Amino acid sequence: MDAATQSRSRLAARRFMRRRLAVLGLFMVLLFFVFAYLGPSFYKWKFEDQNYTSSLQGPSVEHWFGTTQNGGDMYALTMRGLQKSLIIGLIGALISTAIAAVAGAAAGYFSGWTDRAIIALIDLLLVLPGFLIIAILSPVFEGHTWHIFVLLLAAFQWMITARVIRSMTLSMKEREFVHAARFMGVSDWKIILRHILPNMSSFLIIDATINVSSLILAEVGLSFFGFGVQPPDISLGTLINDHWQSAGTENGYQFYFPAVLLVLLVLSVNLVGDGLRDALDPNAKVGEQR
Amino acid sequence: MGKFLLHRFVYLVVLVVIATSSTYFLAAAALNPRSNFEGRNPPPPPEAVDSLLDGLNLNDKTPITQRFERWVRGVFQWNLGDTIDSGSVNEEMGRRMGVSLRLLLIGSILGSLGGVAAGAYSAVKQYGIPDHAMTFASFCILSIPTVVLSVFLANSGATLNNAAGHRIVYNTGEYTPGLTEFSRAGIADRLQHLALPSLVLLLQGFAFYSRYQRNSMLDVLGSEFVRTAQAKGLRRSKALIKHALRTALIPMGTFFAYEFALIFIGSIFVEKIFSWHGMGEWFIQSIQKNDVNATAAIGMFVAVLVLIAGFLSDVVTVALDPRIRRS
Amino acid sequence: MSREPLLEVRDLSVTFPSEAGPVAAVRGLSYHVMPGEVLGIVGESGSGKSVSSLAVMGLLPSRARITGSVRFRGSELLGRSDKDLSAIRGRGISMIFQDPLSALTPVFTVGDQIAEAVRIHQKVSQQAALRRAVELLDLVGIPNPAQRAGAFPHEFSGGMRQRAMIAMAIANNPDLIIADEPTTALDVTIQAQILETLRKAQETTGAAIIMITHDLGVIAGAAHRVTVMYAGKPVETGEVDDVFYRPRMPYTLGLLGSIPRLDSAEHLPLTPIEGTPPSLIHLPRGCPFTPRCPMRIDKCEQIEPELLSMQTSGTGHLAACHRSIEIEEQNLQSTDIFPAPVIGPPAAAGIPRDQRPVVLELQDLVKHFPLVKGAILRRQVGNVYAVDGISLDIREGETLGLVGESGCGKTTTIMEILNLKRPASGSIIVLGRKTAQMSDRERFAIRRELSVVFQDPMASLDPRMPISDILDEPMRTHGIPDAERSSRIEELLQIVGLSPEHASRYPQEFSGGQRQRIGIARALALQPKLLVLDEPVSALDVSIRAGVINLLEKLRTDLGLSYLFVAHDLSVVRHIADRVAVMYLGKIVEIGNVDAVYRLPAHPYTQALLSAIPLPDPRKERARRRIILQGDLPSPANPPSGCRFRTRCQKFAGELDDRQRQRCIDEQPLLRSPDNSAEDHLAACHYAEGYAVLEDVAEMTS
Repeated sequence: MDAATQSRSRLAARRFMRRRLAVLGLFMVLLFFVFAYLGPSFYKWKFEDQNYTSSLQGPSVEHWFGTTQNGGDMYALTMRGLQKSLIIGLIGALISTAIAAVAGAAAGYFSGWTDRAIIALIDLLLVLPGFLIIAILSPVFEGHTWHIFVLLLAAFQWMITARVIRSMTLSMKEREFVHAARFMGVSDWKIILRHILPNMSSFLIIDATINVSSLILAEVGLSFFGFGVQPPDISLGTLINDHWQSAGTENGYQFYFPAVLLVLLVLSVNLVGDGLRDALDPNAKVGEQR
Repeated sequence: MGKFLLHRFVYLVVLVVIATSSTYFLAAAALNPRSNFEGRNPPPPPEAVDSLLDGLNLNDKTPITQRFERWVRGVFQWNLGDTIDSGSVNEEMGRRMGVSLRLLLIGSILGSLGGVAAGAYSAVKQYGIPDHAMTFASFCILSIPTVVLSVFLANSGATLNNAAGHRIVYNTGEYTPGLTEFSRAGIADRLQHLALPSLVLLLQGFAFYSRYQRNSMLDVLGSEFVRTAQAKGLRRSKALIKHALRTALIPMGTFFAYEFALIFIGSIFVEKIFSWHGMGEWFIQSIQKNDVNATAAIGMFVAVLVLIAGFLSDVVTVALDPRIRRS
Repeated sequence: MSREPLLEVRDLSVTFPSEAGPVAAVRGLSYHVMPGEVLGIVGESGSGKSVSSLAVMGLLPSRARITGSVRFRGSELLGRSDKDLSAIRGRGISMIFQDPLSALTPVFTVGDQIAEAVRIHQKVSQQAALRRAVELLDLVGIPNPAQRAGAFPHEFSGGMRQRAMIAMAIANNPDLIIADEPTTALDVTIQAQILETLRKAQETTGAAIIMITHDLGVIAGAAHRVTVMYAGKPVETGEVDDVFYRPRMPYTLGLLGSIPRLDSAEHLPLTPIEGTPPSLIHLPRGCPFTPRCPMRIDKCEQIEPELLSMQTSGTGHLAACHRSIEIEEQNLQSTDIFPAPVIGPPAAAGIPRDQRPVVLELQDLVKHFPLVKGAILRRQVGNVYAVDGISLDIREGETLGLVGESGCGKTTTIMEILNLKRPASGSIIVLGRKTAQMSDRERFAIRRELSVVFQDPMASLDPRMPISDILDEPMRTHGIPDAERSSRIEELLQIVGLSPEHASRYPQEFSGGQRQRIGIARALALQPKLLVLDEPVSALDVSIRAGVINLLEKLRTDLGLSYLFVAHDLSVVRHIADRVAVMYLGKIVEIGNVDAVYRLPAHPYTQALLSAIPLPDPRKERARRRIILQGDLPSPANPPSGCRFRTRCQKFAGELDDRQRQRCIDEQPLLRSPDNSAEDHLAACHYAEGYAVLEDVAEMTS
């Protein structure tokens, strides 16, 4: 037996670090966080500021990303929007993956009526037009800002993952170490939480990461049409909605700054997700014969 | 066999009914058509507003269950009601479905076919330069939100036109009014309008399918039956194309099914940026305009399409995978 | 006739790059195969046997570094282009793989795949190729070949699939067939069929065969010459009689001595080989077997031994050991070299059976599963009669072996017992309590007395938990206080031969044999009375099995345990069990004292089963008269009327007259004593008759 034995997570971390793009992605995400949350403390302008005298100025030392028609500072606005996107993405993803894990595992493990009920719920939610419903309900969360919005986004995100978790649970249920626990007398939910879900942790982590970018994009889509984040709140989606028509003009920077940052954010998250998949699930990229 | 198909069908119909009803109730409860009319200047007399709303089945003073019943009765007679502009929902839907179809068809087909081929090739020549380049490109494209990609391409089109000195592509609308539809000039005109939005779809489709096809191929490439095929004497490339690709296509069937069923819903982003008046645009507008009937109709439409897509994907999977066919 | 070797491999080495360092899978392998002969390559996992054959075929991934020489009919194969090698594959040399389900493409019919093999090398039309495919299917014994050619691989049974693979391999009359573990995944009676088919295929084509396997019995019966591989290198090679009767390398000696013998009445201890095969990364200098070799000397750690010629054997007998001359001169046996532990019988063995308390009893146990068809629309179309009325009992201190092939219902039986629920019909009585009458709390309490050890050491331990947690879980679940638990964990590890410092490690860091020991330790945590063991050694390497079997025997004696030992390997069962029950399609067809049943099996199925098992004894193997069963196991959803075994029964097909056959069709046979004696031996056959299948019982290899 080999002398050097490493714990799983250390081995995974090593593999992750080896993919430079993934590390870059992680670095960028962290950078985004820092700039979005700490940046405004060190910057002169606030996102609410409207300085009519400096309307529609291009990027400068004074206003890093330029100003809008109303004299608002583009950098401050973008950072504010970034905050929103980041937090919606993260919290939404966590909620979504958690629901998927519990529902999928319960359906797969308990079978019978529990399974059928959960599948029916999944089918129903898949058939319901999520975008439509959130859009219709958008006036409702004007005031409570984004809390309900995030819950709704998560509520329409978990279904497909739950299905996958269900089938993974079905096959894992027959694995011998689960049988061993059952025949020892361990209770059902303890088995799910102690044995089944931890053995899917790679999948859950990767899924949560993908959900982050999906949710960020979903928020942008909804806010773009005025259905998501409501004014006076700012998100990258509202910014894009406000400024896309200036894209081809000399004031195009109003569009391009938030748009490019959005793309970079999504790209970074996806890079991290891809790197995690390689690190945690090296079998996924088998391409050669044995 | 028939009994159980029926079972399944009924289950799905129940789902659609629940989804549609929920959408109707939500729309009727949350949207406020009355505000459209009261907001006018000068405001019309309340009785006129009431009678107008009644006619359209949008009167919030009528109990919601009554309005629902009236709507459902209409649905069974194939009449989805009136839009808030006093038009016919049926007619509007029919027209816009066609627009969306025309918008998305070419781009989707090219994107998926191209993507599958590229993904397969990429997997076979794994770690070569084309593989790395394609993987990276796909990755980046998939990270760009549709709205951003659309805006970018729309503006690139304008830049291209300026550089060329005359209009090569259009970034607004479906066609130039005035040209005969099927004349040479008419068709060329339509293609010019189609070019940019199709490009959006093509790029996205290509990126998506190449990525998934590549992964699917990679999964299969390590399989024992590929090795057996070679052990029989098949050259590696032939073994991969004949045995691996065919097997790797099985999971793709589901994606194709969903993609082509959902074409009719259009794309909300592409239609907005490029100003095509399809289902996607209507989808957004009907909510913004408090058009309850249209919203409910679209909700039902989406539900039905998702169902068809699901069924289609089952059929395709069974067709492609003999292991499931056990009979 | 000039006897040029058909295939000559010289100094073949294969190295793979890996994260941890280069893996030397094959290190200097040399052998040759003459036309028409059968060469056996024997080795355990990690020995390099499969990799070497893939290297010969040129089917290794491009990252493998291959050196040496492989000459087929005089021309060199290594380094040739894919185009050149493709012309040889399937024609000059063809290959049969282990798992026919994954080795055949799922989306094409079997007929098409065989026809493809034909058309690659012969210019014929598709129809002609398909016709040939049907011919070949017929040749390998597939019934209704024309119809079956249109079926997909998943619609075939395991044995049929492997026949189809053989058909594909001989389609172009190859000169050499490489069979890589062709029967490992198959049941014993099916294995006998396939080996017979291979023999026939060889006769028809005159091809030479390289038979790669870990099963020494298969080699003994099939091969002319054999090469034993260990850690990527050949350690002994020669004529099969020489290697089996006069092994001169300690690994070979140990291996042969560690296999439980089907035909030995004496309860001889198994000689275990301590330790595990070495990792192929960073192999130490010297002989790789050194850490496990009882005969090691200093020289062994310095210099790797070359293959030396043995003088007293026939030509071509080579062994790679510094002390093989010594072994030869003194004619040492495995028992001389490897110390075999002496394990006394359990205390309860002295008391007659009837006077011991009953630990487990099954009365007419029945378990059916609904048969569900269709992937999209699932509906019940019938029942799978997995367990259809079985009765048995186990007394304190006793070991009952439950044997049968796949589909017989033995796994379902133990699952039913372990679930402790009310059975569909009949009763399960554990330690005097009927499961149907147990409250949840009683069930929970009984779980302390009833424990299970599973087959697959990789799957039976949660890979995410360290060993300490795995051992802790049963105790924690049953409320044992903290302090007691940690000391018990240490104790358990020591009982099974591991050290307490292993407790903080994870399952992946252990070998298969060690993991199985951990599984056993976990089963003992709560001091149970009855242990259910589901094929506990089948998934382990042959050299490791003996150690685990010895451990189980020792624990039985020391702790006074009773075992319900489920296995398909009858040799192991003979060694460890006191009594045996043979199952077929959900019923027990024979049950009784293990020696009585093995010596004089009375039910035709038991006879065929025993006859099918290859013995690691070439002379016996050659002389044996095999009973080969026809056909496949009938579907458990649709078992034959009357006696379930009649569709494959050699008695039914042979000696019975029509009136007798009618009885088999109409009437289900009950378990009765075959010779009306009081002996503990019952068989369920209308015409049960003892037949000493394993003729020369007492003769041991010398």
